[in-house]
Amino acid sequence: MDAHVAQLQMQYRNYILSLYQQGFLDDQFTELKSLQDDGSPDFVAEVLSLFFDDCVKLVGNMARALDQTGTVDFCQVGANVHQLKGSSSSVGAKRVKGLCINFKELCEAKNYEGCVRCLQQVDIEYKTLKAKLQDMFNLEKQIVQAGGIVPQVDIN
Amino acid sequence: MVMAAEPQFHVLAVDDSLFDRKLIERLLQKASCQVTTVDSGYKALEFLGLREGVEINDPDAVSTSPVIHQEVEVNLIITDYCMPSMTGYDLLKEVKESSACKNIPVVIMSSENVPARISRCLEEGAEEFFLKPVRLADLNKLKPHMMKTKLKNQKLEEIETPSKDESGTVAAVVEPEVKNLTEI
Repeated sequence: MDAHVAQLQMQYRNYILSLYQQGFLDDQFTELKSLQDDGSPDFVAEVLSLFFDDCVKLVGNMARALDQTGTVDFCQVGANVHQLKGSSSSVGAKRVKGLCINFKELCEAKNYEGCVRCLQQVDIEYKTLKAKLQDMFNLEKQIVQAGGIVPQVDIN
Repeated sequence: MVMAAEPQFHVLAVDDSLFDRKLIERLLQKASCQVTTVDSGYKALEFLGLREGVEINDPDAVSTSPVIHQEVEVNLIITDYCMPSMTGYDLLKEVKESSACKNIPVVIMSSENVPARISRCLEEGAEEFFLKPVRLADLNKLKPHMMKTKLKNQKLEEIETPSKDESGTVAAVVEPEVKNLTEI
């Protein structure tokens, strides 16, 4: 057995486990991975791409809505949070989803400062997740290039 | 009507979010279903051949005569609840009130757990109400519902085309499906 491949696979396994342990991902991400197969080998990457596009768009909308000098339309902000909560939930982006839950309450309470702070956190969080998942995909590529198979990681 | 060698369930999935459409499509494909996705209730009604509640100012609207798509059999409609202009509930009502489509099972999906909403949909005739994110296990629950309609349609075809002896074919068609259910 190629030691290099085995080492990369070990690295990959540990990395994935850490993402779950640190709360970046939850079992919905596992579900998504299980939907990927030879017929749809890029499914996870495609879905994540759509998710991050959504993040950019929705965060932009919310920033604009909160930037109104005058009356802020909290319903508008809330509607965007709702959408982001939905897609983060569907993708398994646990931390982003958690922030959205708080964010929703802040919108309902019309807490301007709270909303602004929360939006900043959402922005940081989705970008962090994006970078982490990019690292994950890079590891997968390295394994394949080294002639190995990407291991299925058992979270439990 | 052409009898397929292997029964394939055809599901019409309705959701205004591209992201959610991609997900439900993959889930349904994984559950061995044929999928058609549309992004609105109106497009769904158009696909089903029902044009009630049409957008009057839509330049792309086809004529209002209700033409039923003979070639395309829909075994299940799965729709998001929260959609602009026409909600999943509105779509459910339209389907259940149409003579052509009222027997097609309808499933509603929602990201919100609102008991009043759920009971309203079930009372209106929705087969199931799924909370998002929908999982493969949820969809596998739907196979019996789709099988029921499919068998009903096949039986209706038998009655309408008495010259063919279809009883043998029906048995052959049913068995593989039953096996698949247990494999899942």
